[in-house]
Amino acid sequence: MTAPLNLRADAEGLAAPMPALLAEAEHLANTVLLGEHGRRRAGTGDAFWQYRPAQPTDPARSIDWRRSARSDANFVQDKEWQIAQSILLWVDQSAAMEFQSNENPTKSRRARMLGLAIAILLNRGGERVGLTGLRLPPRRGDGQIMQMAQILCQEANTDYGSPNSQGMLPHSRAVLISDFLGDISAVEDTLLEAAERGVRGALLQVLDPQEEEFPFEGRTVFHSMTGAIEHETLRAGGLKQRYLQRLAERKDRLAQLARTTGWQFQTHHTGQPATTALLWLYRALERR
Amino acid sequence: MWSIGPIGFTAPWLLVALGALPLLWVLLRAVPPAPIRRRFPGVALLLGLTDDESQSDRTPWWLLLLRMLAVAAMIIGFAGPVLNPQTAREGRGDLVIAIDATWAGASGWQSQIDRVSSLLNEAAIADRRVAVVALSNLPDDALPFAAPADWQNRLPNLHPSAWQPSSAIDYFAAQQGQFETYWISDGIDYPERADLLAAFEAAGSVTVFQTPRSILAVRPARYEDGQVIVAATRTPTGAALDTQITAIGLDPSGVERQLATVPIRFETGAADAETPMILPPELRNRITRFEISGARSAGAVSLTDDALKRREVALIAGSDSREGLELLSPLYYLREALSPTADLIDGTLSDLLLANPDVIILADVATLSEAEADAVDDWIAAGGMLLRFAGPRLAASDTGRNTEDPLLPVRLRSGGRTVGGAMSWGEPKSLAPFDNDSPFFGLAIPDDVTVSSQVMAQPDPTLADRVIAQLADGTPLVTRKLVGEGQVVLFHVTANAEWSTLPLSGLFVQMLERLAVSTRPAIPDLTELAGTTWLPSKTLDAYGNLQDGSALPGVAGEVFSTAMPSSDLQPGLYMGEDRQLAVNVISAETVLSPISWPQRITVEGLTVLRETAMKGWLLSLAVLLMLVDVIASLAVGGRLRGPRADVAALLGLLLLSAPEAQAQVEADVFALQATSQVVLGHVLTGDPQTDEIAEAGLLGLSQTLFRRTSIEPAAPIGVDLETDELAFFPFLYWPMTSSQSLPSSEAYAKLNRYLRGGGMIMFDTRDADTAGFGSGSPEGRKLQAIARSLDIPALEPIPSDHVLTRSFYLLQNFPGRYNSRDVWVEAAPIDAAQVEGMPFRNLNDGVTPVIIGGNDWAAAWAVNANGTPMLPVGRGMSGERQREIALRFGVNVIMHVLTGNYKSDQVHVPDLLDRLGQ
Repeated sequence: MTAPLNLRADAEGLAAPMPALLAEAEHLANTVLLGEHGRRRAGTGDAFWQYRPAQPTDPARSIDWRRSARSDANFVQDKEWQIAQSILLWVDQSAAMEFQSNENPTKSRRARMLGLAIAILLNRGGERVGLTGLRLPPRRGDGQIMQMAQILCQEANTDYGSPNSQGMLPHSRAVLISDFLGDISAVEDTLLEAAERGVRGALLQVLDPQEEEFPFEGRTVFHSMTGAIEHETLRAGGLKQRYLQRLAERKDRLAQLARTTGWQFQTHHTGQPATTALLWLYRALERR
Repeated sequence: MWSIGPIGFTAPWLLVALGALPLLWVLLRAVPPAPIRRRFPGVALLLGLTDDESQSDRTPWWLLLLRMLAVAAMIIGFAGPVLNPQTAREGRGDLVIAIDATWAGASGWQSQIDRVSSLLNEAAIADRRVAVVALSNLPDDALPFAAPADWQNRLPNLHPSAWQPSSAIDYFAAQQGQFETYWISDGIDYPERADLLAAFEAAGSVTVFQTPRSILAVRPARYEDGQVIVAATRTPTGAALDTQITAIGLDPSGVERQLATVPIRFETGAADAETPMILPPELRNRITRFEISGARSAGAVSLTDDALKRREVALIAGSDSREGLELLSPLYYLREALSPTADLIDGTLSDLLLANPDVIILADVATLSEAEADAVDDWIAAGGMLLRFAGPRLAASDTGRNTEDPLLPVRLRSGGRTVGGAMSWGEPKSLAPFDNDSPFFGLAIPDDVTVSSQVMAQPDPTLADRVIAQLADGTPLVTRKLVGEGQVVLFHVTANAEWSTLPLSGLFVQMLERLAVSTRPAIPDLTELAGTTWLPSKTLDAYGNLQDGSALPGVAGEVFSTAMPSSDLQPGLYMGEDRQLAVNVISAETVLSPISWPQRITVEGLTVLRETAMKGWLLSLAVLLMLVDVIASLAVGGRLRGPRADVAALLGLLLLSAPEAQAQVEADVFALQATSQVVLGHVLTGDPQTDEIAEAGLLGLSQTLFRRTSIEPAAPIGVDLETDELAFFPFLYWPMTSSQSLPSSEAYAKLNRYLRGGGMIMFDTRDADTAGFGSGSPEGRKLQAIARSLDIPALEPIPSDHVLTRSFYLLQNFPGRYNSRDVWVEAAPIDAAQVEGMPFRNLNDGVTPVIIGGNDWAAAWAVNANGTPMLPVGRGMSGERQREIALRFGVNVIMHVLTGNYKSDQVHVPDLLDRLGQ
């Protein structure tokens, strides 16, 4: 069990070398919460945009007296209109993610780290991050990250996790991190709903190398992490080809889903460095 | 105890359980290996997949077999198997252990003694009185019954004899009382064996112990058609066999060497083999014995006596002008008489003298030139024999007329005389019987030998002593004069049939034989032997070694005619008055035949079989098989991965390759030790003290080298010639001990390779205080024995300009603990000449492969752990000076080894001259 503090420290460590992520804010008129993304027009914000002649409707305290003193008319300083993106994360916390082989970290550790790292990056870039399922609405600030770390450290007792689209704001962004080995229909539903709301994002499949290779021989009883599902074979080696085929089919299905809904899909192995996956996530969210 | 073959079981009933094995097979076969439970999230993808091929869920057959073997090993193990179960020998009463103890058993003597020892142990347990009797060397009186423990102490003193039992039957027939007999047989039949067996059986039961072994023996060599025929025999006659016969003799410097070696091949089923050995006469005459290489018994040694020695006889006739008249040639009858038994050489006298013949025959030669006469005189004084025949020329000449000619035994009267001819009175004269002191004594004189002409001797005070044969009327026929080591003999008649019929008779040949002109037959006939006494000079022991025989009493000549060696006539060399006789174990007719014992006699092997309980081994095997089963089961169940696989692989490696790997590692460590730095080596002699001093000596030398020169050797290493590689060492120090054993032939091959490859061995006999070089100290003899098979070049004492005298220090003495000048190195090339103005010759282009001396250098070099000298050298300061010179010599030797002839280069001449103060 990863302590939230440890998890956060790991995630901070991973996020440190990355530039601040400025996720594109696109058609987020409805989410009028201010962020640091300039809209190239006057509005609410911190950065200077232009001086304009004061209108009678402008309150007196909005007049920029320094500029007005240099001429006869009064001027008001407009700021650039800035908005913030809100991004929802779903990190699979089911038992299946606890699998690990050899010296690789568990899938769930890698998935949590990646999730929190991208959250830290986005937070640093001024975005609002939250978790799906109304567990943690999108918000900014280090407190949010701390809270997120705490929630991510909980474990579900189900074999396989399924995402839901609850809490996704229209036209926001979402990141789903899981092994996607369970029932695929939940993923499908979620993605379709999200697509309906104009939500786009990234699917990151985290797999253990053993799941990719199936290096088993002999008489074996395979059972899921909770033991709910069992499968016995007399010759595990004979199953290898068909297992790999099914895994490939699963990946194809996910990729196809992603294509149709405008999402990004990628598989990451716990045997690989985490940075590559984080970089990919960064690029995926940057994309328009 | 119930037994199968050599294996008995203490609890045979347990073996019944083996019958349950097939049942176990069926049971084990039905149970598949247990499945592994494996947590795997990907199981969701596996759901619905079935095993495509029908995989047998049964244990594989080889695993089953493994388990069955384990179980079987356990069952048999608990049944208590015992290898060679010994049933205690029953029997009470007196016991006689009779040992053949002949030469045939000499090579396996130790195993016979071991067997006797174990029989004595059994007898001690049964509380019996025992008499151990060597049949070839019987005790003087009654059977020496004693407690077995007494005999145990006496066993090491028992030795085989080089002859076969001959009088044992009389001895045992005289013994009273009943006893049981254990007969340790050598496996070779001899005439009285059957009678002896009957005698033993009359006294009690008989058990025979013998091991069939191959026995090789060499027959006396004989001379035939100009070549020596060596023959060997063997038993049993089995498959084809190749071996070698070596001729051994003294070389010109008196050192015993292998003179020649011939391969000899026994065809399949043949008991005898012979092969010609072609040798130059000079070499052939040097042969003292023939040996079968590698066999160690008296039968494999055949001593040679005069029979093989062919005398070189130079024939010179006064006139060869009458070509074609062969029968009238003065040399014709001599050639006929001598050519079967001697090597005849022709030529001019001065040429013949260079060949140093044994005999020079001058047939009717009157005068020699002064130079020739002087040379012949010297040759006679050095042991030559000049045999002259008279003739018309001698009769007509003035030689020895007034004064005695040194080359004639007597003065001659002019003209000679003729009797019984057409112009003379009287009858041709016949020979008078030979005197007692004549060498011809005992020869029968045929009636038809007559003399019609002769030269007459001048009456003289010395004449009577010099006549060794005379005519019936008392005139000398053969006269002899001793000169120095040699003699001059004159036949007063011609060598052809002109003056007498002597050359036509057999007597002529016999007389030549007696005069040792021609070679005699191997065994003289009885008449010749009668009344003579022969003194043993060397005797052959059963192991085939020559021993000094001078302590033994002389043997009457008649005994030789029977020629069966016995304790009275021990095999060896016997000296007669003027010739040697060899008595060999194997004669030309000896047949080696294996013994066929009657059916009723129990024949046991000689090998002492020890009871070996095999229970532990079998149970260990069972455990081992089970361990293998664990690994194999894991492998079959697919659980052999990760750290388990590593452990299993490690286990497997340990099980399979441990000893070889160990040996390899040891060899590698040795090689690394010997090659990572310069290391001096010394040959391990097996004598702990010598080895310790050698090691300490080389350590001291290494330390000196380290301090004084740029050679920085590591600690010295003792080298075992049999197992260690020699090529790593630039220098080997080999101290001689009289007790060390000869290296094996592989070790010799290694040593010769080492010497040829530029290595140096320093032989140290360590006896310079008591023995001069080449004299017979035990170490010196051992060195000769060891060096006989080594590839050692010609040697010379270190010349004063040898590079060893200046390779680091300028030295002229090479002392060790002793200070002897006798240090030998490879001889300089013959053409090495000193150039004017140079202090030394341009000598060998390389390193001398050996340094041989006896100065005990290691003892002078030896230091203990504190670096102080171990052994005293000399007295006081002069002793310390000697030690210093010894160390300097050591430094020079190592410098010579490592730099070769560098200091031989003329470029060092100015410096050396400067230092020499010239």
